[in-house]
Amino acid sequence: MIEDYLSLFVKAVFVENMALAFFLGMCTFLAISKKVKTAIGLGIAVIAVLTITVPVNNLIYTYLLADGALAWAGLPEVNLSFLGLISYIGVIAAIVQIMEMLLDKYMPALYNALGVFLPLITVNCAIMGAALFMVERDYNFGESVVYGMGAGVGWALAIASLAGIREKLKYSDVPAGLRGLGITFVTVGLMSLGFMSFSGIQL
Amino acid sequence: MSKTREILLGPIFTNNPIALQILGVCSALAVTSSLNVTIVMCIALTVVTAFSNFFIALIRKHIPSSIRIIVQMIIIASLVIVVDQVLKAYAYEVSKQLSVFVGLIITNCIVMGRAEAFAMQNPPIPSFFDGIGNGLGYSVVLLFVATVRELTGSGTLLGFEILPLVTNGGWYYSNGLMLLPPSAFFVIGGFIWLLRNSKVDQVEPVEYKLASHTK
Repeated sequence: MIEDYLSLFVKAVFVENMALAFFLGMCTFLAISKKVKTAIGLGIAVIAVLTITVPVNNLIYTYLLADGALAWAGLPEVNLSFLGLISYIGVIAAIVQIMEMLLDKYMPALYNALGVFLPLITVNCAIMGAALFMVERDYNFGESVVYGMGAGVGWALAIASLAGIREKLKYSDVPAGLRGLGITFVTVGLMSLGFMSFSGIQL
Repeated sequence: MSKTREILLGPIFTNNPIALQILGVCSALAVTSSLNVTIVMCIALTVVTAFSNFFIALIRKHIPSSIRIIVQMIIIASLVIVVDQVLKAYAYEVSKQLSVFVGLIITNCIVMGRAEAFAMQNPPIPSFFDGIGNGLGYSVVLLFVATVRELTGSGTLLGFEILPLVTNGGWYYSNGLMLLPPSAFFVIGGFIWLLRNSKVDQVEPVEYKLASHTK
């Protein structure tokens, strides 16, 4: 039982890294990775949001949307799974909003550190992607908690290391056309190549 | 007329959503390992961007600014659901290969970004063309990446053999790396390099100038 969760966690962090193997959350990943400090702040926010939203979406899917899920309400024939997309994005937007209010009230320091990144997380495809993967792979509640957290940690790790590389990169002499975005793509490509060495690891 | 033309064709090279605005990169990388899937994705995204721009522009004067993000999200999500259901009904194989990426059009920054930047200030018809234009800009990059990847990776285009493989008695050794995720980054990086070599004004400024004796 524990080993299953552990292996799922390691798989979500390294083998199936959200950013480097599935390219999710790329826009924020490329746009907000110029400084290590902001990158880590954003990474923490993503971990928090993923750990909460994936299990919540899992509950919504199992008890409201899946085929025959409404059996407890006396409607065993109803299949609402086509409403999946719109409900996940609603849940994500609502939870990010609630988190913003809670953080503002109880942890103002962290709230100020995260600043504008919190609302931006709503449109980060890593969050939505994790919810969709969770449905596609039929995770149960426990697995979805572990998966959400692992996916978040993996994404945070990737953005923090990219920011580290980019901080050094700005002192280097890059060909004019590649400067900025171009060289960042090549860097991410190399990182992704590095992360591929994790694939095939069995736990 | 020339304004419509500019709105429609501008995003393809001069203001490309992927290469310049850094929007919608996620799906650009993930769905480009075969041309077939890429074409479906491009059509889906162009349709969603165009119609979401159109509908948002239609009701732009009635959306209170405090809840505009939610309203935009709901319009986009409904359109994506329609596209998703259509794909499942008429192109099931492709929709399986695209897996979660059709759903991820909702969070694709191009759709959201154009809704926020263009459709909220402009009437419906220009917004519709802006959506199509940006969809085309996205498609150009995706089709370029997919062509390079499929041709060098498996020697085929749209499933037809172009470069005969050694395993089939031909001469071409396929490059397996091009089918793996990292190659997409290199190809897009190269595309940006090519684009900026011809459009020099898009080159980013130097952050730190090298001292002359270190060169």
